[in-house]
Amino acid sequence: MVKTIRPKLELLSRRFIEKIVDEAYEILDKQGIFVENKEALKLFSEAGMKVDRKTHRVHLKRRLVEKCLAAAPSVVKLYDRTGEKEYTVGGDEVHFDPGSTAVTILDHKTLEQRKPATKDLVAFSRLTECLDNIHFQSTSLISFDVPSPIADIYRLYIGLLYSRKPIVTGTFRVESFRPMKDLLAAVRGGDKELAAKPLAIFDACPSPPLKWSNLTTQSLIDSARAGLPSELISMGMTGATSLVTISGTLVQHVAENLCGVAIVQLAKKGAPVIFGGSPSSFDMRRGTTPMGAMETMMIDAGYAQIGKYLNLPTHAYMALSDAKTNDAQAGFETGLGAVIGALAGINVISGPGMLDFETCQSPEKLVMDDEICGMAYRLISGIAQREDPIATDKFEGFTPETQFLSMPHTKKWYRMEHSYPVIADRDTYDAWVGLGRKPIAERASEHVDKLLRTHLPVLPDEDARKELTRILMAYAKANGITALPELS
Amino acid sequence: MKKEELLAGIEKAIIEGRKSEAEDLAREAIKAKLDLTEVIEKGYVPGIQKVGDLWEKGDYFLPELITSAECMKAAMAVLQPELDKANIKTKSKGKAVIGTVEGDIHDIGKNLVASMLSANGFDVVDLGADVKIEKFVEKAEETKADFICLSALLTTTMLGQRKAIELLKQRNLYGKFKVLVGGAPASQKWADEIGADGYAENAMLAVKAAKRIMGA
Repeated sequence: MVKTIRPKLELLSRRFIEKIVDEAYEILDKQGIFVENKEALKLFSEAGMKVDRKTHRVHLKRRLVEKCLAAAPSVVKLYDRTGEKEYTVGGDEVHFDPGSTAVTILDHKTLEQRKPATKDLVAFSRLTECLDNIHFQSTSLISFDVPSPIADIYRLYIGLLYSRKPIVTGTFRVESFRPMKDLLAAVRGGDKELAAKPLAIFDACPSPPLKWSNLTTQSLIDSARAGLPSELISMGMTGATSLVTISGTLVQHVAENLCGVAIVQLAKKGAPVIFGGSPSSFDMRRGTTPMGAMETMMIDAGYAQIGKYLNLPTHAYMALSDAKTNDAQAGFETGLGAVIGALAGINVISGPGMLDFETCQSPEKLVMDDEICGMAYRLISGIAQREDPIATDKFEGFTPETQFLSMPHTKKWYRMEHSYPVIADRDTYDAWVGLGRKPIAERASEHVDKLLRTHLPVLPDEDARKELTRILMAYAKANGITALPELS
Repeated sequence: MKKEELLAGIEKAIIEGRKSEAEDLAREAIKAKLDLTEVIEKGYVPGIQKVGDLWEKGDYFLPELITSAECMKAAMAVLQPELDKANIKTKSKGKAVIGTVEGDIHDIGKNLVASMLSANGFDVVDLGADVKIEKFVEKAEETKADFICLSALLTTTMLGQRKAIELLKQRNLYGKFKVLVGGAPASQKWADEIGADGYAENAMLAVKAAKRIMGA
């Protein structure tokens, strides 16, 4: 049998990658990078790096960063809530998760963006649980019916209750890490068990150009020590917070992420870390950051290729759109992003469901995007030989009357070779008219309703639920909050 | 160089965003003992206005806009000591206290607005990013500002815009200092909801909004 090729997209030559990495190292050494966190500066100082505690500038030597890179695992394993299902984050594996931390939800009925509430977050988590091509969940929405001091931990609590999938999350405040980690440990049955089978990824963003804030640096350190993977989310905006050229933005991206890798490894050698990002092409007319721009996707594919060269798992914010409703733009930008990200072999792709520059989530879009992700998965699974010979035996005794439809070969392979969308329109014109000429968002909305009706929530067992609620309430009380919204 | 030539040169230098030329021509105007108010009104101001027109027509993008605004600022810095010496007060369109609200370190949008306000004849007191709400109010009182511009990029920090207005109300300063809000999550609806005097979605519109609230 001929081996199936895993189709791959590479935008940079080896020489180009080496040049970008060399320049990133040179900047880290000569110009240095700002790290506004005392503990990290201490770690760097102890590792023999030149640190200016007043300006928070640290000069990183290449040999230290290379040592840190060598200590970082090239593959991260994530486990679902049950601890049984394992996901490999590394190699060319691709896992999609909904774009995280949306501040609005697109109301399908009114087509207006509105503030999400707890019931939206519950429904969104349940929906994510149902979708086969969305492997991970994320703390997708911010519920505005809970007070902001507990907004980050609350999202995690809801996610852990209503979906078994591993979860991509992050902290809004330094103090939040502890209770968030406690929630995760409660599901696993202890800190050690959690480190052995991580259930969550913590996103941490440097502030471009070349700065790690106190909050995100602390998140890196805390996650490393808890054995939880951090995702480095560098986010240069071309010509606004990074150089205007794509290659220049890549140099800065690599420099920021390398510093993140060093912080993680100095905090705990061997801790899991993912080379990610959310950079964007900056719109020089409107001052916006289009995630659906081809240039944004090129930066993503470019740094992911460099992440692979550095032997790290990778992540990007792709398969999302800047459209404000579920229109054609929402589809084409998401489709392009999903396909490019999958071809680039990016391990974690955050974005499905998202609209309007990473600010708005749409349940209808999420189910449409699930189909898009399915198409991307199909593409990267490639063209397989399947049988040997491929065809000659099937043509033995061939006549004009030969029936392909009834061939055992057809029945054996048609579901493996082809996919059958639920939402995309493949009807004839007359059938489409007969079904009421429904636009895709309408069909998606019906599918959302059906999924939520037919898939009952898969909650953790009662003891775990009680423990999760206890941790949340203790943290809420510590912040002066005594009541939280009803969940159903 | 004749005065008309000089004024035309100044206008062109601003439009094309050539900083050293804009500064050199300012020095030349001083050397030639020209009426500096006239130099500003007939050279620099028409220049920056044309830049605004080119932006509105869609010919100019942010890099041109900001480069020209910075040229304007540099040239004004050359002229200012002379204006002070001669005790000439340039007509300010109004004084703004501007900053990005507490908890938010994003300052690109704020910088764009500050540059454009300043280039368009406003006095600008830039407090930077991650600014405490109290500081906006205190600085506005201290500098006798006309209005306060609050920038926020995050939805979590945009609440600071509301808090600022509440603080103004508490201190009986609401109305005394007008408030403009901006930043990715802000909107006219939000501005109305919290009782701000104006909202602008980009730096050019911020200038318009500022002119409007100053009654110009």
